[in-house]
Amino acid sequence: MKRTAILPARVPRLGTTAMVYLALVLLLALSAAFVAARGGNLFTTANTVDLFTRSSLLGFLAIGQTLVILCRSLDLSVGYVAALSTVVAATTMAGDPSRVLLGVGAALGLAGLIGLANGLVVTKLGVNPFIATLGAGLIIKGYLDTEFQGPAGEIPAAFQAFGYTRIGVLPVSTLIMLGVAVAAVLFLRRTRMGYHVYAVGGDAEVARLSGIRPEVPTVTAHVLCSVMAGTAGLLLAARFGTGSATVYGNGYELEAIAAVVLGGTYLLGGRGGVAGTIAGVFILATLDTVFNVLAIDPFVKDVLRGVIVIAAVAVYARGRHSRAATRVRFPSGGASPPDRGPAPEARPSPDPGGPADPDPSPRALGGRR
Amino acid sequence: MTPNTGTSSALSPRSALAASFRGGTATAALLLALIFVVIATQNPSFFEGPPLMAFAKKAAPLVILAVGQYLVIVSGEFDLSVGSLVGAQVVIAARLIDGEESMTLPVIALMLVFGLVVGLVNGLVTTLLRVQSIITTLGTMLILFGAVRYWTGGAPTGALSESFRVPGRGGIEDVPFFGQVPWALVIALVVAVAAVLCMRSPFGRALVATGDNDVAAAFSGVRVWRTRTMAFIGSSLLATVAAVLIGGFAGVTAQVGEGLEFTAITAVVLGGVVLGGGRGTVVAAVLGALTVEALFTLFNQLYLPSTIQPSVQGLIIIAAVAYAARRGDLRLPERLRRRPDHPTERTLGSSRR
Repeated sequence: MKRTAILPARVPRLGTTAMVYLALVLLLALSAAFVAARGGNLFTTANTVDLFTRSSLLGFLAIGQTLVILCRSLDLSVGYVAALSTVVAATTMAGDPSRVLLGVGAALGLAGLIGLANGLVVTKLGVNPFIATLGAGLIIKGYLDTEFQGPAGEIPAAFQAFGYTRIGVLPVSTLIMLGVAVAAVLFLRRTRMGYHVYAVGGDAEVARLSGIRPEVPTVTAHVLCSVMAGTAGLLLAARFGTGSATVYGNGYELEAIAAVVLGGTYLLGGRGGVAGTIAGVFILATLDTVFNVLAIDPFVKDVLRGVIVIAAVAVYARGRHSRAATRVRFPSGGASPPDRGPAPEARPSPDPGGPADPDPSPRALGGRR
Repeated sequence: MTPNTGTSSALSPRSALAASFRGGTATAALLLALIFVVIATQNPSFFEGPPLMAFAKKAAPLVILAVGQYLVIVSGEFDLSVGSLVGAQVVIAARLIDGEESMTLPVIALMLVFGLVVGLVNGLVTTLLRVQSIITTLGTMLILFGAVRYWTGGAPTGALSESFRVPGRGGIEDVPFFGQVPWALVIALVVAVAAVLCMRSPFGRALVATGDNDVAAAFSGVRVWRTRTMAFIGSSLLATVAAVLIGGFAGVTAQVGEGLEFTAITAVVLGGVVLGGGRGTVVAAVLGALTVEALFTLFNQLYLPSTIQPSVQGLIIIAAVAYAARRGDLRLPERLRRRPDHPTERTLGSSRR
């Protein structure tokens, strides 16, 4: 098992993040060539700023989502949390520059509490994360729809600078996003909790048997993810200058998941990282900018985005399991073992349900030896 | 907590029935009865026939969608594309029929073919290309959403014909007591009965086995990819049927179908069907759909703002799943479910690689 785990893994494993960045560079080159062929220029100041601005918003959401997905969880509430955060920040600040800190604190604190609730519902109540965070999102949506029909509150000019200031072509928000990304990479690679995140995402049961409390990393990841979503909301509020409750309709959560998956993080947890996610974010932002420059119908964008995400994940599935995929037959010529994604990696499906087994733990261990 | 009564006693038919009642079906039925009682206290005339039939007419599409979603969920996958598909189908119907009576049947046939293709694509991409179903159906959702709007230029055009609207609006007239028995109710009943029979057929057994443990199912001779693809096709076809009803009932708008996938998943989960597959019954999913719809009716009667509906839906869905997670006979405890894998699989895997 060990030998085989190393051998086939070496080529794609080394390459995953590098591959994503290669894809990003290729995409940039192709797009630049394509735009140039149409008589435009992709790298004008306006376009570059546009690209970076798009990536900073999506980046915050996707970094948080990466942490959660690494724990084998999911957060579908980020779009709603971001919307709530814009409203909370704008109404708390109410145009008063002296209340900026208070507004930021209130928005991020509330977001953190929502993340805590998500994490506890997922870990303590054993609710499927898909349902738990979808439910949390719907609860927030109901509150926002009922309480805020239009724009609410006002962001003071001092804080709007967060949305618009830039150094050269680099917006400050992008710099902050990249800083957060570096912090997240260090968190995952250098801290004990970071290792625990991978352990729990890889196999919560094995992590538990190894002495990790699997709830802790998961709850932490959920809190961090929601705080990131809150930060994204602050950025939106700074750009709009007011709180807008309807931004949840932009499908941010799905776009963030798409960026994470594009970046090579495994949707079932335990593999991947923030570095790849950032590349995924830039890929999506580049596509959006190119579509914008070429004035492509916004509805075609949705189609292309859907195709690209499916194609990217399919390519990853090939790369990861290509060896396993070619060897699916029994020697006896019987039925092939399942060639679903998780199986060749000896990984359970999201919620296998398990067989009726009265006393699983000892035998599960036995099976592992 | 008796973790295994549900599965181990499923051998004899009578105890299987008992087990299914101990499981989600009974809970959902109880919840539905409770909501009906509350509705009755608010509005005693609700059970007088015509209002009940109006309720059935309104609930039928969700019931059909829930049955479709059940097929996919019990096989261990998700189908997030049904909402977009319903929207796409209604818009396609309106654009192609454009008020022409003679076009009704050909267009319905075309819609069924389109549904079949969408289901086939979802299924094959998920099984053969091994893309997780959340991503696959999310992708199809985006694609359908964008493609249909691009095709129609943003706003739906055309009109549905009168005969197209009959299944969603019409019914068997002048039935004593009930007044009009809507076609939608008949169609939903046919779909539900067909689904129950289907789940009792070898295919249905294979579907549940696949959802419970696809490795074991594959070793027992189930062609997992074909079974799951069939489930996706079933879901898309039923979404098409639901689209015919919704289009007939509510007409054509740009928003039609929005968020339906989550409502359908809520309904299925409320019935105690376990996400991840292998547990739950069609009847439970149908009861779950009726419960969700009854709840929305209740909100209307209480004059709650419609905007608060998502909040309550969110609370219910979390509570229902948390409750199911607490029940041993519905879902095995977390620790057991997260068991890494089965010894057979591990041994075969390591020896083969």
